[in-house]
Amino acid sequence: MNETAFKRLKDLPSQRLLGTGTPLCAGCGGLEALHQIYDILGGRSVFVNAAGCMTLLAVYPFTPFRGAWLYTAMAGAPAGAQGVRDALDLLLAKGRLPPAEDLTVVALTGDGVAYGMGLSATSSAIERGLDFLYIVYDNEGYGNTGQQYSEATPLGAKTATSLRGFAGRKKDLFAIWTAHRPAYAATVIGAEPLDLARKLEKALSLKGPRLLLALAPCPTGWDFDPKDTVEVGRLAVRTGVWPLKEYVDGKVTHTRLPHPRLPVEDYLRTQGRFRHLFEPVRDEALLARIQAQVDDYWAGVT
Amino acid sequence: MSRQLLTGNAAAAWGARLARADYIPAFPITPQTEIIETLSAWCDTGEMAARLVTLESEHAMLTAAAAAAATGVRVFTATSSQGLLYAMEMIYTVAGWRAPFVLVNVSRGLASPITLEPDHTDVLAARDAGFLQIHCATCQEVVDSVLMAYRLAEDARVRLPAIVNLDGYYLSFTREPVELPAPEVADRFLPPFEPHELAFRASQPLSQAVVVLGGSTYSYFRYESHLAAQAALAVYDEIAADYAALTGRRHDVVETWRLEDAEYAFVMMGSFATKAKAAVERLREAGVAIGLLRLRLLRPFPAAAIRRALAGKRAVAVIDQNLSMGRGGVLHGELAAALYGQPDAPPILASFIGGLGGRDLPSEEFYAIAEVLREAARSGVTPPQRLLYTEHELRELRKLQAIALAERHDPRLGGRGP
Ligand SMILES: Cc1ncc(C[n+]2csc(CCOP(=O)(O)OP(=O)(O)O)c2C)c(N)n1
Ligand code: SF4
Ligand SMILES: [Mg+2]
Repeated sequence: MNETAFKRLKDLPSQRLLGTGTPLCAGCGGLEALHQIYDILGGRSVFVNAAGCMTLLAVYPFTPFRGAWLYTAMAGAPAGAQGVRDALDLLLAKGRLPPAEDLTVVALTGDGVAYGMGLSATSSAIERGLDFLYIVYDNEGYGNTGQQYSEATPLGAKTATSLRGFAGRKKDLFAIWTAHRPAYAATVIGAEPLDLARKLEKALSLKGPRLLLALAPCPTGWDFDPKDTVEVGRLAVRTGVWPLKEYVDGKVTHTRLPHPRLPVEDYLRTQGRFRHLFEPVRDEALLARIQAQVDDYWAGVT
Repeated sequence: MSRQLLTGNAAAAWGARLARADYIPAFPITPQTEIIETLSAWCDTGEMAARLVTLESEHAMLTAAAAAAATGVRVFTATSSQGLLYAMEMIYTVAGWRAPFVLVNVSRGLASPITLEPDHTDVLAARDAGFLQIHCATCQEVVDSVLMAYRLAEDARVRLPAIVNLDGYYLSFTREPVELPAPEVADRFLPPFEPHELAFRASQPLSQAVVVLGGSTYSYFRYESHLAAQAALAVYDEIAADYAALTGRRHDVVETWRLEDAEYAFVMMGSFATKAKAAVERLREAGVAIGLLRLRLLRPFPAAAIRRALAGKRAVAVIDQNLSMGRGGVLHGELAAALYGQPDAPPILASFIGGLGGRDLPSEEFYAIAEVLREAARSGVTPPQRLLYTEHELRELRKLQAIALAERHDPRLGGRGP
């Protein structure tokens, strides 16, 4: 990525395009990422949304978006994006829409949708080569309904439906996407704005199905102080829990190699959802399993 | 264009073609598949300047359909039965987008048990969603109704999606002579879709289907959709007149058959009403003053036309080809609500359930129903709801049950013996 417009932090846009004053929680890591994305993407876009926290961004008669918005239903965002994109293409092809009126079609959903209910629609949209950008804010649970565990919840996390810690393992959505050979897929996080900006820049330079999968530290669901969102996000990267990577032309590249990689404990300790791993007694076995999962992952990265 | 023999499915496809639909999200289900196969072939040959996309489900199909309509293209789609139910979340959701498009439903009974043959329980599940509903009895009506549905749905006073319903097998796979309007005539009747400001464009940012806070705002928008659906009644009459002027075929909100001087009436919906017509003829020959009322428009509900048509009748039989479990026939309830307390309302409104899963309604049953009506009119007592089923059918079913039982106990088939 030598040709990037984002070489230093000061290259990031200084203009804020997404409005403030939304009903989302203070310190929302998903919103943090969305702000950064929207500042670059801008208002010539239509956001097709599915049920989740972000649905509350547009509450009649207000919206923080400068461009268009369409709420569908929980499973509906990829198919909604398909309909809008196809309609715009048809209008352009039939000369009924001036090219200047065209829009970038964006699906915006949480993990519950992206890893679960919306996955069959997503798979089929990628298979059809739909020209859209899919932004996932992954707060690792059904946040809007009170943070029950979802298919993105990691091992050990306490949620409203896993009070003793989630026994399963986080699904690998990035791998599911790349198995479909999309135009682009990347993991991002608001705590690494330069990395995010470059990936978005890359995604916007391509056509076809494109994924930005953002880990979204969630003070409300993960139980930490809203002022710590950036710190929690940085630790997710530095402990190797959230690998930053991208997929282009059939190849996966890691855009940050955590060196030295901090122990996962440093990340887990920041959040109340993992407190039971440390109190009243340390759960050495589970801590070791979580560390081993992360170690295994990085052992496979060359 | 001249008369040709077309199936109901082909007529539906012709409706979409003559409407110059731009976009066709699709998903196959019996007995609808011929519609999307026909359209797909026309898109391939260029006979239709449209794009057909097969989605991975009807839920996605409906979402894509409405999203495309909300972006300003003319959309056609089709489904049936389980597909309609699979899409049901979106049927309700997209009606509130006020994005007009046409969905053809080829009626088929719902599981369980599984069947491929028709009744109206599927389409009635969409009754309260905010879609307009037109019900056809002939293949001719199918093509005409698709064109009329676009005009109605897209009218600025309405702007709601519409369902055009035809019965699986009885219409979908039956060839009937159909007069196709010439393309110029169809174009004159149905001008290109004009989305006005309701479309996604870079120069006019629009938020669709957003959250509202509080019941007051919510109620306002729900009432608005309801009032728009009701406004569609008057708009429909204008459209029917226009269509008649151009094609010579007039399709009113209800169809009446020998009803004016009748003392008794059958009320039905869909292609089985054709059987009722034949029965009316025979009954008339036998001196029974009976007629037929067939509902074409179910939503908006043509209450005034129904009241007018049934005023002064001595007894009316509503024959429901659907079943609301624990209640009975859906149309019967709708009719009762329209007629109750009206001056001149028929004193007897009897309920019959029949034709479920394609079960035939033979002439003898219509004669028997007519007899029940005459007896009720004499006694002044409304008869109890009847589930139409003959002794013969019951005997045949008992045989099937005996086989099922024997198989269960047959040791050679893994059973435990008698
Ligand atoms: C069909 C359907 N089932 C359930 C819900 C309730 N619901 C609304 S938001 C939500 C959680 C979505 O989770 P996710 O995609 O992770 O987004 P988040 O809430 O975390 O922002 C659920 C279950 C719904 N709106 N629709
Ligand atoms: S619950 Fe979490 S993801 Fe949802 S708005 Fe609050 S902080 Fe953001
Ligand atoms: Mg979530």
